[in-house]
Amino acid sequence: MAELDTSSGGGKKGKKVRSKKANTKVDLTAMVDLAFLLITFFMLTTSLSKPIAMDIAKPDKDDNSVERNELRASETMTILLGKNNKVAWYMGEAGKSEPSIESFREIRKSILDNKKKVADATGGRQIIMVIKPTSGANYQNFVDIMDELAITKISTAPAIDDENITDAEKDFMVKAGIL
Amino acid sequence: MAKAKVSRKSTSIDMTAMCDVSFLLLTFFILTATARQPDPLDISTPSSTYKIKVPDTDIAILSIGKGQVFYEIVGKDIKMATLDKMGEKYSVKFTPEERERFGVLGAFGVPIQNLKQFIMMDGDQRTKSGLQTGIPADSTNNQLAEWIMQTRNSTAELHATQTRFSIKGDSKEEYPAVKKVVDILQKQKVNKFSLITSAEGDAQ
Repeated sequence: MAELDTSSGGGKKGKKVRSKKANTKVDLTAMVDLAFLLITFFMLTTSLSKPIAMDIAKPDKDDNSVERNELRASETMTILLGKNNKVAWYMGEAGKSEPSIESFREIRKSILDNKKKVADATGGRQIIMVIKPTSGANYQNFVDIMDELAITKISTAPAIDDENITDAEKDFMVKAGIL
Repeated sequence: MAKAKVSRKSTSIDMTAMCDVSFLLLTFFILTATARQPDPLDISTPSSTYKIKVPDTDIAILSIGKGQVFYEIVGKDIKMATLDKMGEKYSVKFTPEERERFGVLGAFGVPIQNLKQFIMMDGDQRTKSGLQTGIPADSTNNQLAEWIMQTRNSTAELHATQTRFSIKGDSKEEYPAVKKVVDILQKQKVNKFSLITSAEGDAQ
């Protein structure tokens, strides 16, 4: 157990007491290991924790300029965001074509299909997207749908319209139980 | 025949220089890492595949969660200038010490009338006090619109650029709450803004 060594010095008389030179070298390996681990951690967290910005441009509300482009109904796809993470979409004008209800998983395929259809029918023109978030949608739905547009590489700026949800659209959504 | 002696070399290397360098780098990274400000609102941002990073300067962040709006201005000089303008507008006088403390404050969500009291608290008290009820944004008392306006003015005066507004919303937040904030921005002709999301893996 714990003992004190008292023997040194006492017995050896006459001999010079030499101060023991302790080895000053310390093993730094563990310290270096730790330092590099921390460096790696700080390097990764400083650049990766930055949040990501999704740029959104909304149409000017009181823009009364005459330079407004008419949209062709046949090239327009309207997506309505409803509650319970459901969307309703239709091509063309509201009320004339029957909207379909889909989840966010399926909408990507529909967007791609319609994009191809429009491009084929018009000789390579881009589809025009209109996004209408209703009061039932949550913020995640909105971000998701914008993300889908980015994934499907829709290059024309989508029109985000949360003001003019027509009665026909409302009726349909109420009937489908997503408003 | 003489035996070929294999001289044994010591395998231990002098680590001192390596240690020095690594700690120098470590110090550098620790100092440059921006300390994360405690978020008063518990927000989980939705994820997206976008890759553009949020810029560091001349931005203001509007956090939306539980129907409340919190506001954060980035940049000490802009913060202080905005506070001066707001104080003037709502006739609240801020002392130099309060300005200084506001300059390092992160996101806040208190009505301007309680801001003075709020600034002088420490971090722990701030969360406990229950003062953070969000910035009023009703049509009768639209302090949020005023904050946005004054931030834009300050940025234009001090940095001669436009403020970029970012919206940081909770995934579960209902769209009308977001729309309310967007409408305030649009009323001031800010039609372009960014939504803050977290990164997501590439989609096929």
